[in-house]
Amino acid sequence: MLIKINNLHVSVNETEIIKGLNLTIGEGEVHAIMGPNGSGKSTLAQTLAGHPNYDVTAGTVEFAGQNLLDLAADERARAGIFLGFQYPVEISGVSNIYMLKAALNARRKAAGKPEIDAVEFMRFVKEKAALMKLDQKFLTRGVNEGFSGGEKKRNEIFQMAVLEPKFAILDETDSGLDIDALKVVANGVNQQRDDKCSVLLITHYQRLLDYIQPDFVHVLANGQIIRSGDKDLALELEANGYDEILAAAKA
Amino acid sequence: MSSKQTDVKDLIERKYEHGFITDIETDTVPPGLDEDVIRLISRKKGEPQFMLDWRLKSFKHWQTMSKPNWAKLNIAPINYQDISYFSAPKRPEDGPQSLDEVDPKLLETYEKLGIPLHERARLAGVAVDAVFDSVSVTTTFKGKLAEAGVIFCPFSEAVINHPELIERYLGTVVPYRDNFFAALNSAVFSDGSFVYIPKGVRCPMELSTYFRINAANTGQFERTLIIADEGSHVSYLEGCTAPMRDENQLHAAVVELVAEQDAEIKYSTVQNWYPGDEEGRGGIYNFVTKRGDCRGDRSKVSWTQVEAGSAITWKYPSCILRGNGSIGEFYSVAVTNNLQQADTGTKMVHIGKNTKSTIISKGISAGRAQNTYRGLVKIFPTADNARNYTQCDSLLMGNQCGAHTFPYMEIKNPNAVVEHEATTSKIADDQLFYCQQRGLSEEDAVNMIVNGFCKEVFRELPMEFAVEAQALMNVSLEGAVG
Ligand SMILES: Nc1ncnc2c1ncn2[C@@H]1O[C@H](COP(=O)(O)OP(=O)(O)OP(=O)(O)O)[C@@H](O)[C@H]1O
Ligand SMILES: [Mg+2]
Repeated sequence: MLIKINNLHVSVNETEIIKGLNLTIGEGEVHAIMGPNGSGKSTLAQTLAGHPNYDVTAGTVEFAGQNLLDLAADERARAGIFLGFQYPVEISGVSNIYMLKAALNARRKAAGKPEIDAVEFMRFVKEKAALMKLDQKFLTRGVNEGFSGGEKKRNEIFQMAVLEPKFAILDETDSGLDIDALKVVANGVNQQRDDKCSVLLITHYQRLLDYIQPDFVHVLANGQIIRSGDKDLALELEANGYDEILAAAKA
Repeated sequence: MSSKQTDVKDLIERKYEHGFITDIETDTVPPGLDEDVIRLISRKKGEPQFMLDWRLKSFKHWQTMSKPNWAKLNIAPINYQDISYFSAPKRPEDGPQSLDEVDPKLLETYEKLGIPLHERARLAGVAVDAVFDSVSVTTTFKGKLAEAGVIFCPFSEAVINHPELIERYLGTVVPYRDNFFAALNSAVFSDGSFVYIPKGVRCPMELSTYFRINAANTGQFERTLIIADEGSHVSYLEGCTAPMRDENQLHAAVVELVAEQDAEIKYSTVQNWYPGDEEGRGGIYNFVTKRGDCRGDRSKVSWTQVEAGSAITWKYPSCILRGNGSIGEFYSVAVTNNLQQADTGTKMVHIGKNTKSTIISKGISAGRAQNTYRGLVKIFPTADNARNYTQCDSLLMGNQCGAHTFPYMEIKNPNAVVEHEATTSKIADDQLFYCQQRGLSEEDAVNMIVNGFCKEVFRELPMEFAVEAQALMNVSLEGAVG
């Protein structure tokens, strides 16, 4: 077991969004979370990553034997949590690889390792960029500066590949991707999975799950997981929408 | 306020109350300013008559002027009679005798800035052993420069050894009548640097390297004159990233640059005078007049500044683009934190044909600081095909600080092309969170974002200073977020 979320309640600006959520994810498992707009998927993702605007009002989250909620966002990141943002921000003037190098070294430092050698870093980064079919010109451009929607998403996965997290939360990384990019992204995720990284995939579309076979699929509605199943649940949702499941949950 | 102005005038006109005694033997003149003080300064320095005459003219003119009020600055009144206008260099035994006696906070800052150990002592005012290894380095530099025919010496030495150059160029770029502080400086300036690059010579080194080893304590009324003769080239760096201690609150420097035909002068400044404490007490007032005269055709003057220190900064390094095809550039980062105030910018005056200017200004405010960009682009009717590009970006940290932009334009030639872009942004919480999510601490995240913001300016700095400037930014903004 890598992460265990127990009875989680989260409020934003005094409004409760997550209302008693339970979820356990094992090492190397891929869990997909689906659910209607506004159901709280991104809220869950931001909360796990430690965004200060999200108040945890009750519940516990255990991550790799630690109390996750005790850690600040950067500590969580260094402990191995990665969030692929639904809306990655632009940081002008800071090159993509500059930030990555700083991030990588911050992790190494926390792990008591020396800074990465510059040459080795470049080799490593270029290899990962090639894997993600990311043109090298993106390495030296400002972080997400002027990137297209799809390029931003691909850049998130590229960063994940470089940072090699233990647990990756990917918030609608598939939205806005063309078919080729979708395959590339899926390929990147599968590679992580082979390296024993656990993944929480937030998505609206069954399509992604054709390329990344999830171990579990959960439906999040109104701040709770109302149903869990295997990959067939995604197919069912694709065919019937949420109405039936929502009605069943209410009943 | 007019009442304030009369106060100043009263003070200026009032004789030193306790009677002024001219004692040539003492090394420090009592506070106060009148013609006798100026005569004394000039005599102590062994100056030729023309220099004294010029100082006196400047003083007379200064007495008719009043302090400028147009800047967006809140300046406590300065009593010009409380200042001592001449003091001999401090004797080593007056300062701390070892680093153990120096404020640990200051040492901590040096550490963070990566200042080499042997330099820390000098900066902190510790008496440094005379045989410390830069002496031989200095001699090597001197030899190299002399070989190239470059003159580089303290201003006061140039007055004695090269009076013809001083007489020919002094005050031709910044006349003593130019403004209140320039007039004061012209009357009482202590020392500074003089540079002359002969025709066709490319100065064999960054003058910074040399300067950093030698020029401590240049004083509060510094005067610098750099002349680049036809086809020559020089890069000069003033200042230091380390916070300089100075008991003098008022600094009023003048810098004049002359670029003859096809000559190029690159002047970089890193200013980090004491900014005062968190309540703004005790910081330096930095009122500087800097101007470059592109006299010859195709000449170029490029200013790069990183302004991080001082309680108040009032400074507009400018270019007079007289020569046809001449080029002026201004790259600036001004950072203000706590109660610091900066009113800075540039003037680009296009007179010659096909003249070009570029202005890149980056203002960063944090705490309760106020940061103003003030720039003038002036295109004369004679300046056919003049071009200007101006970009002013402001970055705000927190919501108690202010950023202001005053771009003035006077365009008298219809075929000029003048472009202006301005942005104001905040370090967004989402940007910080994004960086933190990747594993950076909040402090590192802020530093990274700020340095990214300043990049276009930092890359104009000589290499080793770009690195120091980044470190300086980080130290200046410490605690600005969170
Ligand atoms: N900062 C905030 N202030 C106020 N309300 C918020 C804030 N953040 C989220 N919410 C609200 O919380 C609810 C859940 O939002 P969230 O972004 O988690 O939904 P989501 O499931 O990710 O939806 P989508 O599928 O559209 O991405 C929404 O109603 C949203 O408006
Ligand atoms: Mg969402």
